[in-house]
Amino acid sequence: MILWIVATLVGMGALAWTFRFAGQQVTGQTPKFRDMPFGVAYGYIVAVLVLGWLVWAYIQGRSSDPAIANKFFFLRIGIEGFIIFAIAAWLFRTAGRAVGTVWSRKMFRDMPLTASFGVMIILIYAILAIFAGLLAPYGQEQIIPGVAANITPGGDPALGGNPDFPLGTDQIGRDILSRLIYGAQNTVGIAFATTLLAFFLGGTFGFLAATFGGWLDQILSRLVDVLMAIPSLIFALLLMTIASVWAPQLGIPLTVFMVLIIAVIDSTRVFRLSRAVGQNIVVMDYIEAAKLRGEGFGYIIFKEILPNATAPLLAEFGLRFCFVFLTIAALSFLGVGIQPPLADWGTMVRDLGGFVNYAQFAPLAATAPLLAAGAIALLTVAVNFVVDWMLYKSSGLKE
Amino acid sequence: MTEPLLKMRGVEIEGRSDETWNPIINGVDLTLQRGEVLGLIGESGAGKSTMGLAAMGYTRDGVRISGGSVEFDGIDLLTASAAVKRDLLGKRIAYVAQSAAASFNPAHRLIDQHVEAPMQHGVMDRSESEEDGMELYRKLRLPNPDEIGFRYPHQVSGGQLQRAMTAMAMSCRPDLIIFDEPTTALDVTTQIEVLSAIRDIVTQFRTAAIYITHDLAVVAQMSDRIKVLLKGDEVETSDTRTMLDAPTQEYTKSLWAVRSFERPKKPAIATGAVPLVSIKNVDASYGTAKVLHDVSFDMHAGRTVAVVGESGSGKSTTARCITGLLPPTAGQILLEGETLPANYKKRSKDQLRQVQMIYQMADTALNPRMSIGQIIARPVQFYLGLTGAEKRKRVDQLLEQIELEPTEYYNRLPSELSGGQKQRIGIARALAAEPKFIICDEVTSALDQLVAEGILRLLADLQDDLGLTYMFITHDLATVRAIADEVVVMKDGRVVEQGPKAEMFKPPHHAYTDLLLSSVPEMDPDWLTNLLEERGVDNIGDAAVGKM
Amino acid sequence: MHTVLKIILQRLALGLITLLIVSVVIFVAVNMLPGDFAQAILGQGATEESVAAIRRDLGLDQPLVTRYFGWLAGVVQGDFGSSFASANAASFSGTSSGVTTVAQQIAPRFANTMFLAAVTAAFAVPLAVGLGVLAALYRNSVFDRAANIFTLTSISSPEFFLAYVLILFLAVLNPIFPSLSNIYDGMAFSERLNKSMLPALVLTLVVTAHMMRMTRAAIINLLASPYIEMARLKGMSPMRVIVKHALPNALAPIINVVALNLAYLITGVVVVEVVFVYPGIGQLFVDSVKTRDIPVVQACCMIFAAAYILLNLTADIMSILSNPRLRHPK
Repeated sequence: MILWIVATLVGMGALAWTFRFAGQQVTGQTPKFRDMPFGVAYGYIVAVLVLGWLVWAYIQGRSSDPAIANKFFFLRIGIEGFIIFAIAAWLFRTAGRAVGTVWSRKMFRDMPLTASFGVMIILIYAILAIFAGLLAPYGQEQIIPGVAANITPGGDPALGGNPDFPLGTDQIGRDILSRLIYGAQNTVGIAFATTLLAFFLGGTFGFLAATFGGWLDQILSRLVDVLMAIPSLIFALLLMTIASVWAPQLGIPLTVFMVLIIAVIDSTRVFRLSRAVGQNIVVMDYIEAAKLRGEGFGYIIFKEILPNATAPLLAEFGLRFCFVFLTIAALSFLGVGIQPPLADWGTMVRDLGGFVNYAQFAPLAATAPLLAAGAIALLTVAVNFVVDWMLYKSSGLKE
Repeated sequence: MTEPLLKMRGVEIEGRSDETWNPIINGVDLTLQRGEVLGLIGESGAGKSTMGLAAMGYTRDGVRISGGSVEFDGIDLLTASAAVKRDLLGKRIAYVAQSAAASFNPAHRLIDQHVEAPMQHGVMDRSESEEDGMELYRKLRLPNPDEIGFRYPHQVSGGQLQRAMTAMAMSCRPDLIIFDEPTTALDVTTQIEVLSAIRDIVTQFRTAAIYITHDLAVVAQMSDRIKVLLKGDEVETSDTRTMLDAPTQEYTKSLWAVRSFERPKKPAIATGAVPLVSIKNVDASYGTAKVLHDVSFDMHAGRTVAVVGESGSGKSTTARCITGLLPPTAGQILLEGETLPANYKKRSKDQLRQVQMIYQMADTALNPRMSIGQIIARPVQFYLGLTGAEKRKRVDQLLEQIELEPTEYYNRLPSELSGGQKQRIGIARALAAEPKFIICDEVTSALDQLVAEGILRLLADLQDDLGLTYMFITHDLATVRAIADEVVVMKDGRVVEQGPKAEMFKPPHHAYTDLLLSSVPEMDPDWLTNLLEERGVDNIGDAAVGKM
Repeated sequence: MHTVLKIILQRLALGLITLLIVSVVIFVAVNMLPGDFAQAILGQGATEESVAAIRRDLGLDQPLVTRYFGWLAGVVQGDFGSSFASANAASFSGTSSGVTTVAQQIAPRFANTMFLAAVTAAFAVPLAVGLGVLAALYRNSVFDRAANIFTLTSISSPEFFLAYVLILFLAVLNPIFPSLSNIYDGMAFSERLNKSMLPALVLTLVVTAHMMRMTRAAIINLLASPYIEMARLKGMSPMRVIVKHALPNALAPIINVVALNLAYLITGVVVVEVVFVYPGIGQLFVDSVKTRDIPVVQACCMIFAAAYILLNLTADIMSILSNPRLRHPK
């Protein structure tokens, strides 16, 4: 085994050397090949091999033998998905450059493909979340009469599926596709509300600490230090344990507690950032000029500081949203997050996780849990791509 | 004439921004003979540093040489392989960077960095090179030459580091050294030491050099020939004396003319007149560190008082005391004979209005999210209560006063303005309050000379028209000469000397004022030589400065 | 050295104080539960006497402050009290010898988790640092961009998504590793390694992505410094520039990155252990949260928080130690 790996690596090294040497000879020592480090040549060889393997795997996935095709089914879907998304993102960007206001066209013009992919996905999710009631074929809590529970995803009757329920039904006979669409509303909606709350709390205190300084800053900062010394998921789990006892006694849904708990924990991170951003702005000469003019506190915060803090805060909002979204998903997955009967992706992954084991003979069956988990991943990836681009842009402008 | 050491022909350089390549240098030629020192001058954005690096066949990230040729001693640097270039760099061509503190590796001792090039290029072994290093330190008049090399960069002062870096460049006895603004970050009194050290060693080893700077007076001391660049184009080249005495191009002439701006002398202050602003026995401290000691001086209406000193002398702190940002621990600030509350928060709106401030960095002084119109309109509305059409009219009037077209600039953001224009907006904002007294904190030091001169002239005209009083904080004595009526010299938080400008520029005066004044380079190419003779070479070391 | 020592002692003291305050926060949070523990243990149908007996046994009749110090004294000696679940069982059987302490419950699982973390670190650290340096050296190349997309994706994905994808490919479609990590005492090392491989790989994916991005940023930042340009202009070979000039200064940020990301592991471990049914401390924590076994929850929280603070402290101290300005004071 190890011998094989070493032999492959050495073989690739030899290939790389040959490639560079051949390049030098053929092109007559152009600087591109002459000054090419060995590592770069090696990189080219690795890239070619990986690409070759992907093409091979894709062809295998299209094989007529179901045993082989099933084995490479997910790779095939993955490659097709990647290409389709890339084309869609490209089309979306092209469309964005053609229509819209001057501002939006300019935005699309210097947008990398990853960012336009992100914007596109976020738009799709927003539409899904807002119009879930219209798009979903059934209700999220609806147990369809006369339909068996546990219909296998895939819609193939031979394997226990039903074409009316392309993703099957769950253990008490609810349509999984509908629940997936409602999940967009619940999971994304709750995460969004939580992030807003976290920003309201963290932002307010952060700017107060930055502008006032002194003892207020000291007290708030030390408090945040302590809260941040406990890993956030652990702290959330601890507080959720306590909340789960309180919730039935007070008659408040546990989900409300969850929103509050995560918002408070997350607001510590927002506090740190808004305080830092605020402090950077407060030392600017134009703030000093405003103070010396005799301006009031409100004018300084709302007219001088906040307008200059929006860019970093917006990027942070995206990152915080991802973090909150993932925390909620993790809590739900662990069984202490969003409570049934609300449809939620994290809970669905936990409930449907077992289907993954059918992948070998019924690949479609395994897609249900992966779709739910993938739906979470896709949105956070999309938001991260957009944030990455925003950060890159704002750092580029400074230089 | 022999074959030149360095021959650059039609060099074109481009820089990448916003996914496109924009020209930085548009086809400049440069020839350098062995042992010759060429001064490369220009304002910021002229492409001097890029040109200097290109002479080494090197470009920074995001910059490329797109045309022309660079030939060093018959070797074409643009087509040479990486290995050939590596062999030249450090050994035959060396580089001295602007910021020595950042250009020394903080993890290694000076001597280890010194011996690296000779050892790696196989010129000397370690012990030879170490000894040679100490010898060079001695030649460059570094204190404790046998010991200083064993320190880490952060343990050595800026002026000394700059000389250590020159020694490092000399370590392989190169044929060519590129000096990239080596004294720009230093105070004037330190600058002298570094300049004289560099000049001595370059002459001694007959090393050719390209000396890059924006300071005309400095380049006049250092170079045999001067090349002037403007926005990537060559303006003119000739030997130093010709260039100083008879520049042929308009641009060069205007650069030279900046130095000649001087305001007419004002009549003496009437005895018994109440000063507009008076600082009486002010002490101030940051935390426990006392930074001002018993500072007192007066500023009379309609006059300009220049407060001069090197970094850390307390001139900006004095301004903070006057504005009330830093309440003094002792003493008082008087405005028209009345004591101002120490803290600005306790001052009345009218007291605040009378004292306005213009900042050094126009970039941080203007809110980047407000339009020019909003920035100027705010004090108009805040202090004078004007609104609507009246406010707009007043803002337009102010924009005209600072020589900017109102319709064109009213809606622009600060980021859409040049450095000089931003500084003008800062002036307009101060004027909008209709104050009597304006503090100008190093307002021209971040600007190019021509732009700076424009600002100085504008301030002078405004003073004549509106009868303003300025407190002008600066470290640049040329600025003082141009605009001041009275001068206050500060050092280590104390007033060293004060009086009318005419008296201040005439001896005899306080030893420190003398040192400060004589350290300011003049356009005369013989100035440094004469000064060193006057002071005696031994005397220009650290002892004379007395603070290092 | 004197000043460095002083700073480090200060940091250590600060870490200790933080830990102390955190313990107060955890203790107070737990004591915000309605009703009392005794009732919770015995359920609704318990008699007055048995509730009172349990209260006395667990010291619940003492005031809060006394209880806190009693608990803290126990924690310092490694005694986290006894688990409710076992206390409950013991009270049914009428003996007290059957009560397992929290410490007994946690100890083996703690060892398992440490094993998982060690395996992950062994994969992740060299991989992340290596790839991060490569990405920084060849920045804006195809490799760098591909790495950027890949790491962003794996950072953004929830741990359970990565876990199921790996199960799908490496356990179901190609049965290379088992999808359940049923670890037990006395297992051969190679088998143990084999069974922990999938959870370790998931954690590696997440942690490597973070670590690699931060390493890349640190190295790029470093390569932009004037002294690196100076070394190049002195004609030093690229290898020497990296080894002699970049590396000594890169060590601090890289160690910092590694320590910070190992701290990040703590959160990841909880979800991953649940997916793979790995008998570690994270799994125990989640189970106890569900059964509301307060002493165990409290103890797990303290252990996680302590590990987190310790790793952050290490990062802090390492960066102080490798700063030449502090090592060689003026």
